[in-house]
Amino acid sequence: MENSRRRFLKNAGFSVLGVGAGSMLIGLSAHTAKAAGPDGGQRPQFSMGDKAMEAERWGMVVDTRKLNDSLCRKMQEACHSIHNVPEPVGESARRDQIIKWIWPTEFKHAFPGQEVEFLAEDVAHRPIVVLCNHCDNPPCVQACPTKATFKRERDGIVMMDFHRCIGCRFCMAACPFGSRSFNFRDPRPDIEDENPDFPTRMRGVVEKCNFCAERLAVGKKPACVEASDGALTFGDLNDPDSDVRKLLAEQYAIRRKPNLGTFPSVFYIV
Amino acid sequence: MLEKALRGSKKYWTWLLALAVLIAIGFFFYLRQLYTGLGITGMSRDVTWGFYIAQFTFLVGVAASAVMLVLPYYLHDYKTFGKITVIGEFLAVSSVLMCMLFIIVDLGQPMRLLNVIFYPTPNSMLFWDMIVLNGYLFLNIVIGWNVLDAERNGVAPEKWIKPLIYISIPWAVSIHTVTAFLYCGLPGRGFWLTAILAPRFLASAFAAGPAFLILLAFIIRKFTSFDAGTKAIQALAKIVTYAVIANLFFFLCEVFVAAYSQIPEHTAHLEYLFFGLHGHGALVPWMWTSIALVVAAIILLVIPQARQNETTLGFACVFVFVGIWIDKGLGMISGGFVPNPLHEITEYVPTVPEILITIGVYAVGFLVLTVLYKVVTGVKEELAG
Repeated sequence: MENSRRRFLKNAGFSVLGVGAGSMLIGLSAHTAKAAGPDGGQRPQFSMGDKAMEAERWGMVVDTRKLNDSLCRKMQEACHSIHNVPEPVGESARRDQIIKWIWPTEFKHAFPGQEVEFLAEDVAHRPIVVLCNHCDNPPCVQACPTKATFKRERDGIVMMDFHRCIGCRFCMAACPFGSRSFNFRDPRPDIEDENPDFPTRMRGVVEKCNFCAERLAVGKKPACVEASDGALTFGDLNDPDSDVRKLLAEQYAIRRKPNLGTFPSVFYIV
Repeated sequence: MLEKALRGSKKYWTWLLALAVLIAIGFFFYLRQLYTGLGITGMSRDVTWGFYIAQFTFLVGVAASAVMLVLPYYLHDYKTFGKITVIGEFLAVSSVLMCMLFIIVDLGQPMRLLNVIFYPTPNSMLFWDMIVLNGYLFLNIVIGWNVLDAERNGVAPEKWIKPLIYISIPWAVSIHTVTAFLYCGLPGRGFWLTAILAPRFLASAFAAGPAFLILLAFIIRKFTSFDAGTKAIQALAKIVTYAVIANLFFFLCEVFVAAYSQIPEHTAHLEYLFFGLHGHGALVPWMWTSIALVVAAIILLVIPQARQNETTLGFACVFVFVGIWIDKGLGMISGGFVPNPLHEITEYVPTVPEILITIGVYAVGFLVLTVLYKVVTGVKEELAG
């Protein structure tokens, strides 16, 4: 009696385990099937929800005329807090090793080699936000020895696989825009208010702006665009009717280092 | 043959022990780096490659220089180099080993190293660098060891060695070419973006490597009864002379293009290295020292009497080696990163832990080199006796 009850419990336990594992497998496979886009299921990507925003080639137009210091700070804060970008403070913090996805700089730094002599004071000193250009022909992707950074075929976003990156920093040497950052130390202690919806990184890997791929997947525009009070416009560069294309058709816009042939997807109205 | 390395004088063991201590210190600091991250180095967001990758670049050149012994001997039947080709091959072995270690200590996530093999990416030059470096290491161990073993047994080397030797010649060129391609194919890094980078790397390699071989030959002669021979050393000295002049010539071509075209992206880096940029000039004294050493070496080397005198030749070789080390091991890498792509200046100075790790890696290389050379000289002494 005692024995059979024990056997029953044992069997029941295994059954529960089995059902659990089975449903987990089913769940996983269903998830993979859903996540698998045109580039196959191997790539880490956010599964696309019903409200997901899609495009052939995401792009951004920055109207630098609408930028000011506080707005830039607001955009950077929106981006960095959502993406768990560490803010090291204190004396031991090395300012030359910080991580930044989007940050303001001046015209001469954003566009070296495209200097304009006798540039109007206001243009020369107005803050200009720079970020990953999500180049159509990205040199960082070409340089990466493990495909840890790759261009998503579906919409042209240049993304990072934090778990595959070996931290060789070849992509950082290859990027002509200084858009990439390296985790010189464990970033987690320096994240003030962790966002549980976005992965934190570990030391020794490279990271950068991802055009908020995780937000696009649930139908939200990038955080910086949302915080920009209309200074940043986001849309499909391959769609002639998109907001970005309409803006580009009306206004003269420039790109950073166009002579290098990387075809940045971020445009600047000066 | 390895047993030859197990019996040695007190000096031999003291030397090995000293190297072991340096390795231990380096390893201790490497563990610290592994634990806290590359933040303990002088590298930064703007200068993302520093001392480690620079040493790697320099040592690839030293490794490639073995071909300067192998090629004359096997392709031109220049018999004088016959008994020292193995010295060059074993120098290549220890140099490539150091190169690999320098890449590993530079990685942020070294435990993921095999991702390069799991996800092979032929469009990345680092993938090809892995292939050529491993291949070159394999070729030189197999060739060096087998030829030495055959020599010891008084027989001709096995037939299958010959094709490997012929392959090793272009392979030596390939390792430094691919290493140059790591840098010179990157858009937006004006300092490296030059077709002459690979030829320049090769010229500096064929100067610094053989110069080091001459110094090693002097050291071996002092501590063992094995003598490379005056004729071989003088032939090497001529190779160093041509190569160091070619290196200076290539560098001056570089300077001309930048200075005459006056394109800021190309002049900025040279300006930073040799004159300082916007008040930043940490490397200026180093770069001028490098130039002075190379010029002094050329003067000593082109004067026949000075070249034939082994004391002045020794000085010339030290000048060449140190001069090119400064150029490649110090200026070449950080020079390409300063100013950064946004034309801002962040200077790079290696930290103490970084230097100690570097010394530790060098100690590993010298340990392997010592053991291999102990085997070589042991075999040569046995044959002579």
